[in-house]
Amino acid sequence: MIVCLINVHAAQPLCGCCVFSDKDLIYMCPFHGALKGKVFITNYRLYFRSTDMSTVTLDVPLGVIGRIEKMGGASSRGENSYGLDITCKDMRNLRFALKQEGHSRRDIFGELFKYAFPLSHGMPLFAFLSQEKFEENGWSVYNSIDEYRRQNLPSEQWRISFINESYELCDTYPVHLVVPYKATDEDLRRVATFRSRGRIPVLSWIHRENQAVITRCSQPLVGMSGKRNKDDERYLDIIREANGTPRLTIYDARPNVNAVANKATGGGYEGDDAYQNADLVFLDIHNIHVMRESLKKLKDIVYPNVEEAHWLSSLESTHWLEHIKLVLSGAIQIADKVSSGSSVVVHCSDGWDRTAQLTSLAMLMLDSYYRTLRGFQVLLEKEWIGFGHKFTSRIGHGDKNHADQDRSPIFLQFVDCVWQMTKQFPTAFEFNERCLVTILDHLYSCRFGTFLYNCESVRDSNKVRSKTVSLWSLINSDKAAYVNPFYTSDCSRVLYPVASMRHLELWVNYYIRWNPRIRHQQSPVEQRYKELLALRDQYLKKLEELQLSDSTPSSARLTNSSTPNAPLPNQHLTHLQTPF
Amino acid sequence: MLSLGSGGAKSTKPSFVSYVTPEEIKSEKEPQKKERHPNLLPGEVVFCSTNPILKYTQDDISQRGIFGTLLCTNFRVSFISDETPQEEPTQHFKNKLYGENDIPLMCVDCLYGVYDEKKKLITGGMLKNKYPSKMIIHCKDLRVFQFCLTFTKEEEAKKIFQGIVHHCLEPKSLKCVFAFSYANTKGPEMQRTQRTLMFDSQEDWSQEMKRTKGNCRIVTENQNFELSERLPKYFIIPAAVSDDDLSKFPGKGLPIWCWSHHSGCALFKASSLPVTQEDGVAQAWMERMLHAVAQTHLYSVKIEDLLETLPNIQDIQQSYTKFKQFFLIDNSTDFWMSDVKWFSSLENTGWLDIIRQCLQKAVEVVECLEKENTNVLITEEEGSDLCCVISSLVQIMMDPHCRTLTGFQNLVQKEWVAGCHAFLDRCNHLHQKDKECQSPVFLLFLECVWQLVQQHSPAFQFSETYLTVLSDSIHVPAFGTFLFNSAFQRESCLKATLQHSQRGPLSWPAVWDWSMQFDCKAQELFINPLYAEKLKQEKVLRKVPRIKHQRQLSLPSSAFKTPPKKGFFKDEAESLKKMLRVKRFSRWMVPPDSPAVATRQFYEAWQQKPLDYHGLLLPCLDGPAMRLWMQRYLRWTPEAQILGGGSVAITSKLAELLGEVRALQRELAQKGWWDSMGEGHHRPQTMSLALVRTSLRLSSYFPFAASRNWSFKPVIPTGLLQSLMVTDKLASQEDETNEVISLV
Repeated sequence: MIVCLINVHAAQPLCGCCVFSDKDLIYMCPFHGALKGKVFITNYRLYFRSTDMSTVTLDVPLGVIGRIEKMGGASSRGENSYGLDITCKDMRNLRFALKQEGHSRRDIFGELFKYAFPLSHGMPLFAFLSQEKFEENGWSVYNSIDEYRRQNLPSEQWRISFINESYELCDTYPVHLVVPYKATDEDLRRVATFRSRGRIPVLSWIHRENQAVITRCSQPLVGMSGKRNKDDERYLDIIREANGTPRLTIYDARPNVNAVANKATGGGYEGDDAYQNADLVFLDIHNIHVMRESLKKLKDIVYPNVEEAHWLSSLESTHWLEHIKLVLSGAIQIADKVSSGSSVVVHCSDGWDRTAQLTSLAMLMLDSYYRTLRGFQVLLEKEWIGFGHKFTSRIGHGDKNHADQDRSPIFLQFVDCVWQMTKQFPTAFEFNERCLVTILDHLYSCRFGTFLYNCESVRDSNKVRSKTVSLWSLINSDKAAYVNPFYTSDCSRVLYPVASMRHLELWVNYYIRWNPRIRHQQSPVEQRYKELLALRDQYLKKLEELQLSDSTPSSARLTNSSTPNAPLPNQHLTHLQTPF
Repeated sequence: MLSLGSGGAKSTKPSFVSYVTPEEIKSEKEPQKKERHPNLLPGEVVFCSTNPILKYTQDDISQRGIFGTLLCTNFRVSFISDETPQEEPTQHFKNKLYGENDIPLMCVDCLYGVYDEKKKLITGGMLKNKYPSKMIIHCKDLRVFQFCLTFTKEEEAKKIFQGIVHHCLEPKSLKCVFAFSYANTKGPEMQRTQRTLMFDSQEDWSQEMKRTKGNCRIVTENQNFELSERLPKYFIIPAAVSDDDLSKFPGKGLPIWCWSHHSGCALFKASSLPVTQEDGVAQAWMERMLHAVAQTHLYSVKIEDLLETLPNIQDIQQSYTKFKQFFLIDNSTDFWMSDVKWFSSLENTGWLDIIRQCLQKAVEVVECLEKENTNVLITEEEGSDLCCVISSLVQIMMDPHCRTLTGFQNLVQKEWVAGCHAFLDRCNHLHQKDKECQSPVFLLFLECVWQLVQQHSPAFQFSETYLTVLSDSIHVPAFGTFLFNSAFQRESCLKATLQHSQRGPLSWPAVWDWSMQFDCKAQELFINPLYAEKLKQEKVLRKVPRIKHQRQLSLPSSAFKTPPKKGFFKDEAESLKKMLRVKRFSRWMVPPDSPAVATRQFYEAWQQKPLDYHGLLLPCLDGPAMRLWMQRYLRWTPEAQILGGGSVAITSKLAELLGEVRALQRELAQKGWWDSMGEGHHRPQTMSLALVRTSLRLSSYFPFAASRNWSFKPVIPTGLLQSLMVTDKLASQEDETNEVISLV
């Protein structure tokens, strides 16, 4: 906290200029009551330090703010009824009370509103102003060609197409696409006319042994009249043929009824008649609006106070974990199909929300590379950022329109699924919980360019890579903090989590982390493990020293153990809680 | 005959009861083809056996199974496969007394018969002549067995069915319990578990009082149960109780010492006086008792009638009956069906809430002792159910000794076994028809302990596996520990059998002799590798700042002193019980708050301090903190197994590293670098490496479920959409509301 304060005062590069300082107000803390203190606002963050209770501080990146409202009027009666109510995107609300005299909140409201929603005021996002420097350059983490090469692509059956080099085929797809060798660029163009927004089926992942692939796309434009497209049908069959799969499985993430309803707006799904060598499976995952409402309900039961009396039934009534279960079980089915040797096509309506969730989770199950710290970054870059998950629309970066119907916690839901997997397989993932929380924090913060904009073409035109810093720069410059000490690298098999409510649990350390009653200590197991690791290294070193000294005169041993710079064994022992 | 406490157990008839009916003997002698017998335990007799019986393999959706012999002995129902046992993937965590296809008779919870595709609960006595096509056995340790009887000869099927129904469901006499045959055969002196105190001798009690620095007196007058049959042979009461008062009412209402806080205040428990005794004598006596308790420390006492705020034993029984149904799963379809409304189903059973209430009550008592240094007297009708739960929990939270393996076993012996918890009735070991007395009170206690263990793992020397095994052992009829209603009953049984036996006095093995069930390697799984043992230096350090309670002394002492003396027991018209209720000193320090709010504050204050695993330990009682004891309840459910995952993955990593560190230590010691330091700490503290390493195919329910049928096939949920009928408009809304899909 002190570090942050210094940041504010010293106006470090991170914080650009200091907009506001030393505003006295009262923070209506839901846990400790009304607390007097000072608030500092920069163009990056809101920082509050309580003078009543030194342990209470707030450090809120302005990007996290979703909505700012005035509370009470100049004539409002009652203590602390005049002030600001701030709704954050990270499951908390902040209330500040000010003195009623002299429109004291006018300035602070204005400044906050301007800097929390810079795009609505014709200003750049903070990521473009940040001058932060890191040891590592996060932008070098992902290069699509390298990633395809890692998967042994191109191969005899699959080629890398440059047809989308200038985003002509599909403006929400990346430039490099892996497509069947047998499909010509002309074929691709014709298929694009039959797929919503031109998002044609392209390869996302290929199984090293059985050559089964995960391909992703958007819904076919079947429409009410049940249109067919020979090129699309043939194209899917080419995908099937690539590894000799007898049946291609198409996973439509939506509930059946929704897929049918989409016909009314020109969309739809692959009919049996048209795609004779394909099986269509609906995965029953609901749309972005349902997810948004579910999270809203979840917030109601965990913030500010945790629903006590009927915790479990309240949790159930939010349906949040049920949605998680559906997403996970969809991904399990995909992973199972692929590892049994069948190629799959995954789509929803547009292929950038549910599809991204499913393909990336299936890949996490199938490919242990994505379970490493770097591999996970590659996975996000590829499946989410590259294939055009609409981060700007879903998160609403820098935009004041808090009621925008396009906002939805799809990415959060995905990270939650990942967390559920790390819970079930605590040694299989190289990254830790802190890494996931950090990713979510910076999903909103606008401090890094990583999650800005809806797709690569827009990112290119805004020169994100050259003008902003990547989140992976932060993480990769301090890897030790984001690494799971229990990670066992040799676990390369397929991981199937159990998608049952018996095992799914609420991610308390994320959703309820603002509640001080929930202990946020490092897990005792982890702490103990680290202690032991340190001890082992120390012994190893000692042993090495001894072995060296064995070759030297025997008196060396005595002197060795009493050298001042080599700590005495007894001292170490007392550091540890457990003796050996 | 003397009555055995609270009803339940029928007084043992002196006549010898033969289990073996002539017809059964005949069947046993029939030369069966190549029927295999289990390795019978000493004293174990086969009643009936039948071949072939098809046992369905539970972890298979298709109704496949294995053929074998089903038999019923005086110890268990056992299934022996016809197939030659293939190379068993060395099952490490093997119970020596019963295998994975054995069900100790006491462990049978319910029998179901499938008649014409309909599943019916079988109650003793009925349905006997018509045997079902399929028999389903639900066990108290949550296993489910399904046997198909259609491949068996009618006579045989009928016989085995009737035999099992008879021995598992019909009321029986205590002497028919296997422990009696088993104990007989063991020599007169069973090897007594060395370190666990049995609390059946004066020394054990005085040692315990010395340990906690209590200043009460040991009562020896009940050596021959002359005072009361519901009290231990020896017990401790406030020093100020006069001999006269001691024998006034036969053991009722007497404040029994449980534990002393280092400040000097102590926890007592008492049964209520019979309500009929409303005369002045009883009231004056009760008043004297309270004064005696109060005099223990600071002249203050707080009385808590547990039944006023906690559910009674029937509530507990009802709740658990509902709760366990969710884990006795017959097939995969049921599993996924119940998954849909899982959380609300759990909540509706109320079981987790009962656990929370008990923990909450214990925290309240802890607060009185720790913060206010007030003596606490908890009361309850019998004084041996919820009193045991609460007093044991209080001790676990406050006394780090109770968090060691031995300390915990001592505690169970002290509060539960010697403390006369009516195990026989509560567990309904004898299948009494009248189930009023049945209630899983001891299990409830273990559940509460498990919550503490999972919240503060490094504070406990024993592991979750230990608790699970202990909960199973309640239903293994080989031990004397959980078999009786009282010390008196135990002794009278001992005497009664003595007359028949020529081989000297009987002695039942104690459950604490874990080597009877598990070999050393398996026992290592009882030890928590995370346990942070206390260092000697620390102990010295911690003794210094003991001024704490002195500071507290000055706080509300006036409040303690005035009220109890005068006018407190004046109201003679009211029944004593009612009066106690009215005058219960509820929260002197923060009067207006509800207990929940006050305990929350107490918890928060505690939480702000750095956590000391050897100090006071409080549970978080928030909704998300109360969890399901997955290992106990889901260990046999194949759908819920995380293959290659679960917390055991971490534990094995930890054990591996510990082994490495140990090896390095040895090497360093050989080189002479390792001086005297750390010696004596070289106990095998953690689970054996071999055990974890060789079981590379770990599943989340290690060490229980043997994952032989390891496959990488995932379990794919079914019936997903059943509940998720999102009916509002949102569901049908388009993802992109603002844009219209361009029709190409």
